[in-house]
Amino acid sequence: MSRLHPAVGVTAVLTLGFLYLPMLAVAIFSLNQTRYGMSWGGFTWKWYQSLFNPALSPDPKLTETIQAAFVTTMVLAVVSTVIATVLGTLLAIALERYPWTRRARVFLDNLLYLPVVTPDIILAAALVVAFSVLRQVSSLFELGLPAMIIGHVTFQIAFVALVVQSRLKSLGADLDEAARDLYASYGYFVRRVLLPLLAPGIVAGAMLAFTLSLDDFVISFFTAGPDSQTLPLIIYGSVRRGVTPQIHALSTLIFLATVILVLLSERLTRRSA
Amino acid sequence: MNRVLVWYGELTTPGALSRRGLLFLLPAALWLMAFLVLPSLALVAVAFAERGTYGEIVWTFSLENLKRLLGYGLFGWSPDNLLILGRSVWVAFVTSLIAALLAYPLAFFIASRPPRTRYLWLTLVIIPFWTNLVIRTYAWQLLLSPELPFARVAAALGLAEPGTALYPGSFAVYVGMVSAFLPFMVLPLYSSVERIDSSLIEAAKDLYASRARVFFQAILPQTLPGLTVGIILTFIPAMGMFVIPDLLGGAKYLLVGNLIQQQFGASRDWPFAAAISLGLMALTLVALRVYRRSGKDVDLV
Repeated sequence: MSRLHPAVGVTAVLTLGFLYLPMLAVAIFSLNQTRYGMSWGGFTWKWYQSLFNPALSPDPKLTETIQAAFVTTMVLAVVSTVIATVLGTLLAIALERYPWTRRARVFLDNLLYLPVVTPDIILAAALVVAFSVLRQVSSLFELGLPAMIIGHVTFQIAFVALVVQSRLKSLGADLDEAARDLYASYGYFVRRVLLPLLAPGIVAGAMLAFTLSLDDFVISFFTAGPDSQTLPLIIYGSVRRGVTPQIHALSTLIFLATVILVLLSERLTRRSA
Repeated sequence: MNRVLVWYGELTTPGALSRRGLLFLLPAALWLMAFLVLPSLALVAVAFAERGTYGEIVWTFSLENLKRLLGYGLFGWSPDNLLILGRSVWVAFVTSLIAALLAYPLAFFIASRPPRTRYLWLTLVIIPFWTNLVIRTYAWQLLLSPELPFARVAAALGLAEPGTALYPGSFAVYVGMVSAFLPFMVLPLYSSVERIDSSLIEAAKDLYASRARVFFQAILPQTLPGLTVGIILTFIPAMGMFVIPDLLGGAKYLLVGNLIQQQFGASRDWPFAAAISLGLMALTLVALRVYRRSGKDVDLV
């Protein structure tokens, strides 16, 4: 593995460059004075400032929309992650620590892998159809934030469960048995032994679910209502209407937030590994 | 049910055990039944319904939508829809191929770094993987716009009209797709490359194998598990991709994802949308079947 042909290294670095080039272009144009067109009008921070202060924005309405969308995106990500983490963790424990018949196991495994392999546009289409039926029962299923949360949880559960399940597998059963041998009640065992041991897996699963929610466009696009726009939806909409440097600034900030999130989760998972 | 058993060090009865198991299982299982399984079944049902005059669903059994998907429309047979389905498979195939070609050098390069810096290089691959796809895609629009070097070079070489953007079109779709799915290919491939037994490569070289032979007989078989996972993680989502063809392909290069979205949007023809989704699902299942056969013992996560 020591001697690589120099062409391999060059191709590799160029490929990485190819991955980063688009973001680099967006970051550069977010610092451009010129509001329309692609000519360079000099350096400025004003598009970033205008994101935080509508008064500084040439388009105060856009700033307010972006700020509202930020809140929606966060509420959506946090609420769906909390629900999905609880449900996914319970599911992982059930799958890993209880004796299901072969048949039930095959069914549950399929149930778990289905959302992972299904193209998201199919899940989105299915939800839209189902919600239109369920809407006659409850207004909870009007397109909007609650519907989006349901959609996000549905694809997050499987990912949380898979991460927690792999942690449960690597933990093994020894500590379970030791705890019970020492007369821990089941509740005590779950609280004082199982959950603390699982914590790194649960945190990793939750972070995965959170990032998936922030990343999602298709499910939100199909289930969003008029008052519940997320940041990706705003960016998508502005691409149709013509992108302004303010959108570039927003995208750059989202990218930087992603970088921080990735570095943070790398650290967490490496420490626990 | 008075039989007693020991389960993970606990003295219990089968009844008590399965009752508690269900307690853990039911919340998620019910959620997935309600919002995954039943909606999917509803989607299948709608595919066999009819569209009413105002876009509502009329529950009469009909095969009309599936026929339309196969091209039998009001005005006789046309290959348009099949062409879009076929194109989606083709784009997914080419994307996987190019991504695999680019992933090999990158995976080998990362594996050749000293262990301390390997994490850093891997993180560099993971970051774009987690960056929002809408952002990465519109960034390509920006990059391919007429004023920037790519379009200028293309124009100077006579590959494009001067002063026009390199999107929308097939080229932009491939560029967007490959850059979006490359990390999906690199990460599993790297985990195979990292574990490669290099003595086999050296042996092949010692025995004067050509470069091609070293790759196909010493490297490829050892990295096949990672490559298979990479291909499945690229191929299936690429087939159903909506954002990239929408922003970079335009009306000129529709894929099946756009076709589905159009039926929900402008056309308001849910039964037909459901029928197309069934078509996409069928393609997905075929791809998975091929994968199961070739990569049986490969971990997805």
